[in-house]
Amino acid sequence: MNAGGLIVWCARQGASTCGLSKGGSMTKKTESTLVFWIFLAPVLFAFIMVMVIPFLLGSYYAFTNWTSSARADNELRFVGLQNFINSLRDPAFLYSFGITFVYTILNMIAINVVAFVLALLVTGNLRFKNVYRVGFFVPNLIGGIILGYIWQFIFNNAIPSLGTLIPSLNFLADPNNLMLSKNTTALAAMIIVGTWQYAGYIMMIYVAAIENIPQELIEAAKIDGATPWIRLKAITIPLCAQAFTVTMFLTLVNSFKQFDVNVSLTSGGPSTMLMGQPILGTELLALNIYNTAFISNKLSEAQARAFVFFLVLAIISIIQVYVNKRREIEL
Amino acid sequence: MKTSRPRSPGAIATEIVTAIIFLLFMFPFLLVFINSAKTSFEVTQYPLALPTRWGNLVDNIVNIWTSESVRYPSSLLSSTIITAVSLVLINLFSAMAGWALVRTKTKTSSFIFFLFVASMVIPFQIVMFPLLSWFRTVTVATGVRLLRTYQGIILSYIGFGAPLSIFMFHGFIKSIPLELEEAATIDGCHRHQIFFKIIFPILKPIQATVLVLNGIWIWNDYLLPLLVLGKGNDVMTIPLAVSNFAGAFVKQWDLILTAILMAMVPVIIFFLFAQKYIVKGMVAGAIK
Repeated sequence: MNAGGLIVWCARQGASTCGLSKGGSMTKKTESTLVFWIFLAPVLFAFIMVMVIPFLLGSYYAFTNWTSSARADNELRFVGLQNFINSLRDPAFLYSFGITFVYTILNMIAINVVAFVLALLVTGNLRFKNVYRVGFFVPNLIGGIILGYIWQFIFNNAIPSLGTLIPSLNFLADPNNLMLSKNTTALAAMIIVGTWQYAGYIMMIYVAAIENIPQELIEAAKIDGATPWIRLKAITIPLCAQAFTVTMFLTLVNSFKQFDVNVSLTSGGPSTMLMGQPILGTELLALNIYNTAFISNKLSEAQARAFVFFLVLAIISIIQVYVNKRREIEL
Repeated sequence: MKTSRPRSPGAIATEIVTAIIFLLFMFPFLLVFINSAKTSFEVTQYPLALPTRWGNLVDNIVNIWTSESVRYPSSLLSSTIITAVSLVLINLFSAMAGWALVRTKTKTSSFIFFLFVASMVIPFQIVMFPLLSWFRTVTVATGVRLLRTYQGIILSYIGFGAPLSIFMFHGFIKSIPLELEEAATIDGCHRHQIFFKIIFPILKPIQATVLVLNGIWIWNDYLLPLLVLGKGNDVMTIPLAVSNFAGAFVKQWDLILTAILMAMVPVIIFFLFAQKYIVKGMVAGAIK
């Protein structure tokens, strides 16, 4: 190993350029403490400004009648759980919760299945496997907001046009059959876009895991006469357990927080009725929180919803990691 | 792998299936490209056909370049400034913090590290509204403008990007032998010199990961710029510009798709140059 030697050499070079400029009367201990705080200061300042203070303020505002912050003289009053009660009585919020769960679960399954299949394909003996890998990965580099507009064009223009070109598919040309015009198909459309966007990234994680599997193991199984299917079940999948924990977590959290594609692809639409109230049919939680604040102008209620959003996200993440860790050990 | 060995029918079938999936994955990009070279009539009538006149592509690009609502040149510049400055600062400050937290073993340092790690579960939604009002309060109290300015959004990116970056630096620095720093101390190095002259250069691989992960996030981010910079501001990022234009009025798909094409091209060019680092960085970032 040459690397160790190299590091030591670098250190020597570094040290010799440091010179022998011993500081004045400062003791080692105070110097260390001082350096510790100076080194932490920039990050700590930014972190406190944009995370800690807003988080504390926000957790408090959720229990108050906080309205527009422009009116600073407006008296802030503690209202207990009123914002939470109002939210739970709002059909739009309950509906948002429901479809966010549905979307998250289906999206997670779709992304992981597609990504795993792609990973198996591109780790095989293919001529252009590097081209495929890059191609599957590219959508992930483009922001969700832009991807959403591309797919809006596909669902609203390209697919109906396919219907006019091919007679046997002419049902696609019927405006009533546009995917984005109905709740269920619009949600499916969001899952298609989500999968297209994210599968390539998740695939790369699986690829890394699959390529780490010792080749001897597979050779031995082959000699023992294991079919590809058995090799997949008995070797590949168990040895990718750690990757599954990572990918499940990533896709879960990212699907649950989905906002960009929701805004640009459906803007929450189409409208529908629930409990006698018109609501948006594909409004995921993140968009619901945003709309509550900026369209309905109910800032404190939006803050309460964000608080619930945070709690659910934290609980799901903890359970998910716990369950997966246990499964990893069992396998 | 170029082997002249005849391939089994199974291998050929797999190759074909993968190639078809690949083409399906690329199809949306192809659609954007061909429809950027059409007139608005052509786009709505024949979205799947090849354009009749490729020269339209140039017309459309000029149209978007000079468009008052997209303001492409200034958006590209703003996006570049915001991403570049945020990345340099996140990288440097997080490395400094990570090192300070690893090499100082006190209760305070463990607590601060725990705070950073815990904050990674916090969704942006819970801090975004108070962030805006807090920034306004700060401006009233100190006169420093944070909303609708570069300094405000860059400060935000440092704050939101730091926890994950510190976490990654922390993990890497733990594996650097302490003897290295002791040797430098004996040679007369001060603490800060040890960091800048010895540790920081060793961190290069993890710096690449931190830059890639934060870079893709910041460049494509929509919600934070929407809130902190706002609409109709002089400082506007590319995603904001595209959504302003695409979400605004009657859908002029020829120009919207051209704007999308122009938004994607810089990213794809950059990716082709730094492909190895980007894929490695993103996978490493996920596994850590």
